[in-house]
Amino acid sequence: MNLPKYVLARIGFYVFVVIVATAFALPLLWLLLAPFGRQATLAVRIPSEPTLANFVSVFRNAFAMRALFVNSIIQAVGAMLLITAVATLTAYSLSRIRLPGRDMFVYMLILFSSVVTGSAAMVPIFLLIFELGLIDSHTGVILVFTGGLLPVAIFIMRDFMQSLPKSYEESALVNGASTLQMLRHVVLPLTRPGMMVIGIWAFVNVWGSFLIPFILLRSPDRMPAATATYSFYTEAGTPVITLVSAYALLYILPVLALYLFVNWRYGFQFFGGIKS
Amino acid sequence: MARVLFENVTKEFGSVKAVNDVSLEIQDGELLCLLGPSGCGKTTTLRLIAGLETATSGRIHIGDTDVTRFSPKDRDVGMVFQDYALYPHMNLADNIAYPLKVRKVREAARMERAKEVADHLRIGHLMERLPGQISGGQQQRTSVARAVVHEPRVFLFDEPLSNLDAKLRLESRGFIKHLQQEMGVTAVYVTHDQAEAMALADRIAVMQDGVIVQIGSPLEIYRNPQTSFVANFLGSPPMNLFDAEVRNGSFVGSSFELDAKGVKEHSALNDGDSVTLGIRPEHVRVSPKPMKNSIASELYAFEALGPESILSFRIDEQLLVARAFGDDPPEIEMGQTAYLSFEPRHLHLFNEHGSRVNAD
Amino acid sequence: MDDLTKRGNHILSVRAGVALLVPAFVFIGLFLFFPFIWVFLISFTNRTLLGAAAQDPEFVGLGNYLRLFDFSRWMRSGEFGHSLYLTVIFVIGSLIGQVTLGLAIAFAFNRRRGKLREIIYTLVTLAWILPETAIGFTWTAFLDGRRGTLNAILGAFGIEGVEWLLEFPLLSITVFNIWRGTAFSMLLFSAALGNIRPSYLETADVAGAGPWQRFRDIMFPLISPQFVTALVLVTLWTFNVFTPFLLTGGGPAFGSDIIAIHTYRVAFQFFEFGRGSAIAVIVMTINLILAASYLFGLKRKEVAT
Repeated sequence: MNLPKYVLARIGFYVFVVIVATAFALPLLWLLLAPFGRQATLAVRIPSEPTLANFVSVFRNAFAMRALFVNSIIQAVGAMLLITAVATLTAYSLSRIRLPGRDMFVYMLILFSSVVTGSAAMVPIFLLIFELGLIDSHTGVILVFTGGLLPVAIFIMRDFMQSLPKSYEESALVNGASTLQMLRHVVLPLTRPGMMVIGIWAFVNVWGSFLIPFILLRSPDRMPAATATYSFYTEAGTPVITLVSAYALLYILPVLALYLFVNWRYGFQFFGGIKS
Repeated sequence: MARVLFENVTKEFGSVKAVNDVSLEIQDGELLCLLGPSGCGKTTTLRLIAGLETATSGRIHIGDTDVTRFSPKDRDVGMVFQDYALYPHMNLADNIAYPLKVRKVREAARMERAKEVADHLRIGHLMERLPGQISGGQQQRTSVARAVVHEPRVFLFDEPLSNLDAKLRLESRGFIKHLQQEMGVTAVYVTHDQAEAMALADRIAVMQDGVIVQIGSPLEIYRNPQTSFVANFLGSPPMNLFDAEVRNGSFVGSSFELDAKGVKEHSALNDGDSVTLGIRPEHVRVSPKPMKNSIASELYAFEALGPESILSFRIDEQLLVARAFGDDPPEIEMGQTAYLSFEPRHLHLFNEHGSRVNAD
Repeated sequence: MDDLTKRGNHILSVRAGVALLVPAFVFIGLFLFFPFIWVFLISFTNRTLLGAAAQDPEFVGLGNYLRLFDFSRWMRSGEFGHSLYLTVIFVIGSLIGQVTLGLAIAFAFNRRRGKLREIIYTLVTLAWILPETAIGFTWTAFLDGRRGTLNAILGAFGIEGVEWLLEFPLLSITVFNIWRGTAFSMLLFSAALGNIRPSYLETADVAGAGPWQRFRDIMFPLISPQFVTALVLVTLWTFNVFTPFLLTGGGPAFGSDIIAIHTYRVAFQFFEFGRGSAIAVIVMTINLILAASYLFGLKRKEVAT
């Protein structure tokens, strides 16, 4: 039997798609199903009698709840606000004043931030926070994340600002606005979409990062969900697998929700820049 | 309403003089077009009036006030930007009323005024829309409405028609001219389109390399261009320019020789001088029969445009363009030799520096 | 330029503009620039977390570096050379896997829209952006020897499963890292392929090129800038990634002791900050070479266009 070429190509395409879909879906699917099972299971299996009991147990665990609903939120939201504010001011200045060497400045920043990454910088970062007396504090974690994520945030934001025509501001000035009025009436509203992008990006990054809180925090009541999850599944045995998976599912929900929101609003392309 | 006065104004960007020692008086109620190719300094001149650039040296007056060091908001001008600069997050009403808002006009009063202006410009029914939801022509009107809403002393237009398609451009041109005359406001209009400048301006200032090379009414400039640059810049198709040398009472070019005796500017020239001969396409006479004192050339291309025809002839590496009016063009076939001649009084002469040669 | 820098323009005066830059300078100076300098200094000392060497570290010169490059022992398991060796394998494997798979997916779905593309792209992107701890946890479950999903599937085909994380730790974390990071290449390449003007490909079709020739002669040259971007950035990121720690902790018996985990162990399990810093300096040097080659390549391209 001689199949035409395009039929073979078609079959090849679907085989490829099925393999990729399976490979990428299986680990995620388990995370979605395991929390609803009555017994601990490590294989993907649709629970015969779905239950919410695991979630109830998780909600009763004060340490777990504190990590997720207090610590993670303080750290991620704190860093998000700080990064967005500083990156916006910096990017606005860089896109509007004529300063010699400002492009080089931004390039050097990006260069630095990719060289001094978390794993290469963990020793001096730890010692710096130690010397500042900020070990085991939310502030320390927020500051370190802000310093690390700021260069890329500035870079993305500067791109955004440069795409805004200066004629908006110039027309405000010619129309009689003062500098403050120009910033409030024109620049701020026009910058909001960019700030939202940076905010989401920063939140997702901080929410999901493990290394920084892992080395900077010691006491359980300051740990975010990232390190709490880790200590659950490395220190506890299999019996609580269902509980940990329920917790992990709760933990990823904000990222999932933001993903759906952003995808609906901006499309996939957005994620080209979402991770540094 | 006010005149605008430039006294020896220079604007430097680094080592580049974008505007070089310009002195200029724009009369009260006049529409002056700044015309020139990109980079000639016309937009910088406009932005100096708006206060978006500050002069490096020299003074600028609006009315009787020296505004050289004033910030834009204190100059009381209205400006239409090339990209309109309509705030995408405000509806048309808020956009148009914006200059009134920052002047602390009460909400009700400013909305009433905005509506009045918008109605006059036939966009009153769109007041609730956002700029992204209206057509290019409507956006253009909105930006004009915003520029006039507070009755500024001077209107500034920075290539306001360049983003419109050809048909809409003609329409908007008439509308701007009408509005400016109706309001009697001094206006400065920047463009690189000579036809737009000719159509709109009371006077045109042609700029080149930061300097005003000629200023005058459109016809004055068209008829008596003071440099070969101005000659070539105004008119479509542009003036034909050919290099020649004065020899024994003739203009001798690479492949033609014309009797110079009838040309009165000839008296100012000496044998051996290099000149550029200029002739407008409408002044070229095309004849299929040999003529005295003419240039023989084969027809290279023929374009029938309806009310007129454009005929191109090849002279060495250059084209000489002739324009014949009426829908009854001269009967010449492609490749056929024609004889091109001009009346001496229509010939423009420029010396080797490009300046006009006048009779003694 | 003097005049410009003095006077600025009217949107923002230079003084106000510089004031806006101050917070960024403080953060970046303190948390990026300072650690960069400091880590050099610490790497010449015997600093530890506690004890005498914490209060008053001694200058040991190149001691830490000599220890790292002590060739009589550096390839032993758990030592620096061994870690570097594992890292190279890990990086090359991840690089080939991510770039090939990313390109294949982008190519397969080029100029296709619809549910199927939507599903694949969502899955691959989620693998990339979901929090690493949650992903690390599901992968430990997925690869579990006795009851994991992978072995269950293999079992269905009659293949006996193994304890993946214990018997093939390096292979496991490499496959995991490909799974985790393919999205970047996929998104990069699908944007690049989407930007190729259809007329280019139609011209090739008209000229009689087959699908392979079309890819080789038209598409690949046009996406080669993105290809270089992917190669350099994936290398840089993979070289520094710490996430595999969540699967294996670097073990068993240092079998997946890649450089980031090695640094962590030296600095935070043995608290030898001096030696940890020396490793960090070497890592940053390699990072610097990778990042600089990328950025200067990028800049040259910008100047050229």
